[in-house]
Amino acid sequence: MSGNPLLEVQELSKAFGGVQAVNRISFALRKGELLGIIGPNGSGKTTTVNLVTGFVKASGGKVFFKGRDITNWTPYKIVRLGVARTFQMVKPFYQLPAFKNMIIPLYSPRVKALAGGKYGDRNAVALDLLEEVGFERDAQVAYKVASVLPQGYLKRLELAKAIALQPELIILDELFSGLSLAEVASIVPIIEKLLLEGKTIIMIEHRLKELFRIASRVIVLNYGRKIAEGPAKEVMESDEVKKAYLGSEE
Amino acid sequence: MKKRKQRIDRGIKVRSEDIFALCSWREMLYLSAPRLLPIIAFIVLPLVLGDYWQRVLLSVAVFALLAISWDILAQSGMVSLGQALFFGMGAYCSGVLNHYFAISPFVTIPIAAILGGAVCTVLLLPVLRLRGVYFAMVTLIIPLMLERVIEATKIFGGTEGISGLTALPSKWLELYILLAALLAALFGFRRLMTSDYGLVLKGIKDNDRSVMNAGINIYWFKIQALFIASAVGAFAGAMMTHVYRFVGMPVFALDYSILPIAAAMVGGAGSFAGATLGAFILVPLSEILRAMGGLRIVFYGVFLVIFVVGLPEGIFHFVSRKYHQFEQWVEVEK
Repeated sequence: MSGNPLLEVQELSKAFGGVQAVNRISFALRKGELLGIIGPNGSGKTTTVNLVTGFVKASGGKVFFKGRDITNWTPYKIVRLGVARTFQMVKPFYQLPAFKNMIIPLYSPRVKALAGGKYGDRNAVALDLLEEVGFERDAQVAYKVASVLPQGYLKRLELAKAIALQPELIILDELFSGLSLAEVASIVPIIEKLLLEGKTIIMIEHRLKELFRIASRVIVLNYGRKIAEGPAKEVMESDEVKKAYLGSEE
Repeated sequence: MKKRKQRIDRGIKVRSEDIFALCSWREMLYLSAPRLLPIIAFIVLPLVLGDYWQRVLLSVAVFALLAISWDILAQSGMVSLGQALFFGMGAYCSGVLNHYFAISPFVTIPIAAILGGAVCTVLLLPVLRLRGVYFAMVTLIIPLMLERVIEATKIFGGTEGISGLTALPSKWLELYILLAALLAALFGFRRLMTSDYGLVLKGIKDNDRSVMNAGINIYWFKIQALFIASAVGAFAGAMMTHVYRFVGMPVFALDYSILPIAAAMVGGAGSFAGATLGAFILVPLSEILRAMGGLRIVFYGVFLVIFVVGLPEGIFHFVSRKYHQFEQWVEVEK
């Protein structure tokens, strides 16, 4: 344990009408960690992320980032503090070239502030960032309109948009879903590189095998409650987790 | 053998995309003609038209500005049904300043554009969070409400309005100021919307969560777009106040809200040139149809329906596609 946690979630709750989507979830995250959030469909993973990033207002509990209470802040303020996320459903500007899709995050006040008050050449930065996530510069993929790009590239674009904000915490919402094994295998090193750079990452994932290779810790949600937490192997041994994932036929 | 239509960029379009366009007059003309055409038309038209049609041209320019103002909002994801609010606010601002404080039109018009724009923006601030139809409904209602407020409280001349305002020194000045403003709006806002700033505005329309997720305060950007659009509308209103030398309740009439939208639709929504083109077709058409008397609105409506059904993309997008691309039928294997 080195110092205070980067992100601390205390007793976070959210009810949609009568449905308790997230029920008193608590966890903490140290700098440089990769936390996996797993659980069956509808277990409250995305809602948890939406609560942390301010897209949904919490009905109870607290979220602290770098020691500051950011509960129910508006999303853009949370981003400016250094939390970036991707969305499960990628929705780029289909009619624009891939690198032009990067302009909006690069227009962010956070980018300007970090660069010392100047934005710089956004197009060049966009091309560099896209190359980092695997848009081959020689093949000029970054110049292609988003509508012709395969899903794998659209997911990378989504990842690049988050990286463009130079965040301290990156939350990836089902980045691997809909991708082939080969595509996932090519994205994993990008995430490992982000970890080496000292970024902290939360991944919501259904592709457990790939997740467990890189996650230092996972938490398991079911019906909005946290049912297990710990290293991947231990967690999957837990009876409650087995029951949640496989049903209770035993 | 099945066939499908294929669209291919014209050779000249591809050739003139780069610096090489400067190698030949033809390529340069290809690039500059669409830009020069409106400029030349705006300079020449007032000179060749008679008195009556000069008045129509004034009205065309006003509605074109309102249509552009509508399109700025539409491109930023705000569907407005209340261009009359901007128009009327500008009209009353300059009318009041001129009548009560005896300020020259050359001062009242720019003040009215900025002040009117600011007041409209403040009025719409509370509903900025609304989207789609809800935002549209509020914008539709506010000008109608203001009309009743003026009628009930009898401020600014009440139902009589304020008349005898100072006119601009000459009709030529009126015409050319309006046309110059229209040109500036046409090219200026086109440039603005293709810049990175414009991209953020369009992003708010397309996927506002994604823009918020970039740490950008979308409401602040919406406020800016709203101010720009309402200042354009207010400028048009202020100009007309001094042209008619009168301001009254009719400035909040539904015409100023609906016709600009029709113009943008017929001309081609999403482009300021389309909005302008639409106004250049619809306003004169309405004048020509005046001879029809009571049936005028019927013919007008039929014409609108034919256009919207037959050419839903709008005239400008259709023409610009033909200009840049040719079509051919190709056989589909199978």
